[in-house]
Amino acid sequence: MSASPALPPKRRKPITLGRILLYAFVSVTAFIWIVPIAGAIFASLRPYTETVRDGFFSWPQTLTLDNYRGAWDQGDIARKYWNTAVILVPALIFTLFFSSMVAFVCSRYSWRFNIVLLSIFTAGNLLPQQIIIQPLFQFYNRVPLPEWLSNSGKLNGSALGIILIHIAFQSGFCTFVLSNYMKLLPKSLNEAARMDGAGVWKQYWQIIMPLTLPALAALATLEFTWIYNDFFWAVVLEQQGADRPITSSLANLGGQFFTNDNLIAAASMFVALPTLIVYVALQRYFIAGLSIGAEKG
Amino acid sequence: MFTLNTRMSPSPSAAGYRLSRRGLLKGAAGVTAAGLSLPAWLASAQMELGTATGELTVGSNYSNELPKQALHAAIDAFPNKNVTIALNEVDHNTFQENITTYLQNPDDVIPWFAGYRMQFFAAQGLLGAINDVWDAGLNDIQSEGFKLASTGQDGQLYFVPWTYYCWGIHYKPSVFAENGWTPPTTMEELAALGEAMQGAGIVPFASGNDGRWPAMGTFDQLNFRLNGYQFHMDLMAGRESWTDERVKNVFTAWEALLPLHQENPNGRTWEEAASAVVNGEAAMMTIGNFIGEVFPDGDTSDLDFFPWPEMNPEYGTETIEAPIDGWMMAANPKNPEAAKELLYHFGTADAQEAFLTVNPSVIGAATDIDHSIFTPLQIKGLEAVAAARSVTQFLDRDTSPEFASNVAGQAFADFLADPSSIDGILEDMQAQAEVIFAE
Amino acid sequence: MATVIQAQAQDSPQAGPRPQARRLRQFDGRDFWVVAAMAGIPTILHVGLVWIPTIFSIILSFTNWKGIRLDDITWVGFQNYVQIFTVFQKNFFQALINNSVLLIFLFIGPTALGIGLAYLLDRDVRGTRFYQGVFFTPVVLSLAVVGFMWQSVIYSPENGLATQIFGGGQPVDWLGNQSFLIPFGSTYGVSWNFVAILVAIAWRHTGYIMVLYLAGLKSVDSSLREAAMLDGSNEWQTFRNVVFPSLKPINVVVAVITVIEALRAFDIIYVLNVPRKTEVLSILTTNNLLGEGGGNVGRGSAYATILFILCFGFVIWYVTNHYRQTQEGADT
Repeated sequence: MSASPALPPKRRKPITLGRILLYAFVSVTAFIWIVPIAGAIFASLRPYTETVRDGFFSWPQTLTLDNYRGAWDQGDIARKYWNTAVILVPALIFTLFFSSMVAFVCSRYSWRFNIVLLSIFTAGNLLPQQIIIQPLFQFYNRVPLPEWLSNSGKLNGSALGIILIHIAFQSGFCTFVLSNYMKLLPKSLNEAARMDGAGVWKQYWQIIMPLTLPALAALATLEFTWIYNDFFWAVVLEQQGADRPITSSLANLGGQFFTNDNLIAAASMFVALPTLIVYVALQRYFIAGLSIGAEKG
Repeated sequence: MFTLNTRMSPSPSAAGYRLSRRGLLKGAAGVTAAGLSLPAWLASAQMELGTATGELTVGSNYSNELPKQALHAAIDAFPNKNVTIALNEVDHNTFQENITTYLQNPDDVIPWFAGYRMQFFAAQGLLGAINDVWDAGLNDIQSEGFKLASTGQDGQLYFVPWTYYCWGIHYKPSVFAENGWTPPTTMEELAALGEAMQGAGIVPFASGNDGRWPAMGTFDQLNFRLNGYQFHMDLMAGRESWTDERVKNVFTAWEALLPLHQENPNGRTWEEAASAVVNGEAAMMTIGNFIGEVFPDGDTSDLDFFPWPEMNPEYGTETIEAPIDGWMMAANPKNPEAAKELLYHFGTADAQEAFLTVNPSVIGAATDIDHSIFTPLQIKGLEAVAAARSVTQFLDRDTSPEFASNVAGQAFADFLADPSSIDGILEDMQAQAEVIFAE
Repeated sequence: MATVIQAQAQDSPQAGPRPQARRLRQFDGRDFWVVAAMAGIPTILHVGLVWIPTIFSIILSFTNWKGIRLDDITWVGFQNYVQIFTVFQKNFFQALINNSVLLIFLFIGPTALGIGLAYLLDRDVRGTRFYQGVFFTPVVLSLAVVGFMWQSVIYSPENGLATQIFGGGQPVDWLGNQSFLIPFGSTYGVSWNFVAILVAIAWRHTGYIMVLYLAGLKSVDSSLREAAMLDGSNEWQTFRNVVFPSLKPINVVVAVITVIEALRAFDIIYVLNVPRKTEVLSILTTNNLLGEGGGNVGRGSAYATILFILCFGFVIWYVTNHYRQTQEGADT
């Protein structure tokens, strides 16, 4: 980048060669980033027979929303959104709740197991999912559950099972971030509260948690994306196709041999929509919250 | 993860069985067979149809629209309305990739492949024997060869054949007619035809091996044409060596044919290759009947196939590759009576006709099925299987799935990328086969 | 916001070091049980569902098992490992090379680009939120569509956009070309198709890094930057001498994420159908552990264990480093 005269930033920087290059670079890169996405959207608006004949990059003769209609019905999108919500909402809440408790205990008090505990959670967050799945499946398949909790009568095949592994697996990362964050809050807060006779729970819930909200918002955004897009656990731990989350509905549009890519493209727009909405809505908190978690990295 | 890969192999299964020509011809004799067989199962009294009640869970890997609707039609045709059927629909590849865990928490009725792949799970105790379903009448309307493919290693029956399709060289008759070409019956004719096609500016063979299963189809054809059915099955079972001279011959022949194929197949999906046939850029393709799905609106009126030409007079064209799909029962079904009734239903022409009317891309397994509902392509497949002396499933159905996907598929891709490295490839294959088949 | 917190954080040392015994007295009576429950319940869940299965997988790596009947498990000692290092060595070492190449690439490609974009977008660029959204979108897109975009839209040998731009009218075998761009001997190397996949990985990974650095830059004191510029430093010098050093905490986080992502890399390669010579360790693990027909849980677990050891070596280094530092920080 060129050396621009360094004055305290005003509302508008003067137009310099540097600014022009900056905009050029960012715009060109952004364009490259958009091309695959735009290509998929373009394909989703065209019938399969046309793109198979002319290629994906050809002048369109037909633009239609048929693929979207087809994807919505055939992919059973409405039901799959619901399945995802049933897993995602409790998983998200309890992941944040559990990890904030551990982070609170480990960061606000000094006791013997602090480091051990934090290490277990941090390291657990970095394990490959593949190493967990076989024994987990065998365990889940042997735990009985009452009918009202599980159609299969087992932990395997129940939403609860998927929720639990999400909480267990994701709480590693969240504990790591939240403990970093809480460590930066002044210790005197606790002491003052204790003087006022507040117990541990009150200190956690009424003093520390409200101050941790930015980090929780950032984590909620990230975790929403991760849990939402996961299909690894659900595919192995849920055998009923109709109860699987939204990510499986894309696969449901593919056949034994033949796959209509245009239909898949349309369906994937439905799948992408909630995460994009959440990101755009929470973008500000997201970056702010992350910045604090990373502070003492 | 294993889930989203919608373009993976058509799926494995294996095991040698010879088709009894007699069995097939008996069935082909006609619709009346079903009528005649009816009293037989009533008399047997081992299993009474129409008595089951309650709920029945049925797995389905028919995920895309047409096969899904077709299966619904077949289930609607189930005569026992006292049984409520709950269908568990999962996409095909996810189902296949997770079959091992699925079978440990299964539905009562399960879709799967005939032959080796069924026998493996039967031997693991995950499937229920259904001899009484066969005794109830399927014996009369399924061919001997298909019955053999439904039998476990312990001699019990575990499977009901449902539909099948054929592999062969597919082409557009209109393109052949336009150029005055005819399907070749010898390798010399094939070579000459290839030359003529290249002269006309058309690639003789479309070829796409993305996902690494399509090339298995070509290997199968060359191997059983050159070395015969028995050698092929023994090789699949780990009883013959990949470093055998006969296997080497297959790759020599394959290498000689590569100039007739589209270049660089490994990065091309089979759909992309097939669309080259649809668009007339390529003339032929070694693939299964399912290539019809790529044709606009699934219209197969301008699609035909012929068997791979004879390569060794000793074996002629006696073998055909025709993978069979069908149904099985869980080892401990919640509703065994209803499961068996539905399995019986799936084995009959009634159910299969209902299915094929909606989805004509496959052929019904029942021998008494009404031929008038078939397209010319289906009739062609039916006749080809009837005329064959032996039937293979597909490489990844005829051998250990671990060997197919982790060894053979990779080896064939390596060969296509660099045919000159075949000796090293075959040595590695053999070393890995020894480890896998020892387990 | 971050700077506010930083300022508050400074008063934490005033609590000062205390004897261990006095601290423990913080939880007496009911509070002790509250603390035990707050830490205990999540820990039981995490250890029970994450660590115990991991330990079982490590044990299973010394067995032969089809993944169906428990009484079928047979003890085979180190046989699976021996086979991985002999009979299956070509795949294994190629995968190891690919993981290493990916690691290096992630640092010089997406990480550098991510820092650059974050640095540029952190200034008052018009439409910065739009640009951020564009770069971050690949991170949130689900895999199936990412696979479709790269396989069919970009890398299709005949019709793909990459072919139309760079192919000069000829088909290009982007994902199938397994010959080596950088050969290491005759058997191993970095293949062309792996490079093609690296591009797709960069597309997906850069936004993630960018967001982390955007967050990091928010906590860089802007007065420091301005002071440096007033001293006559040019933009690059300011970035190198002032901004980048103050990003150290985020650099550590990004380094951790990058190493782990490089080791665990799975998804894009998987949805592109794992072209030959693009296999990585997690793919070998999945192929051997979870494929149809049961595969071989023993050998699959051995691959998983090797992957685990590689990740874990790094994890240990990181955890000890990270928490020793914070411990020292807390005790001063």
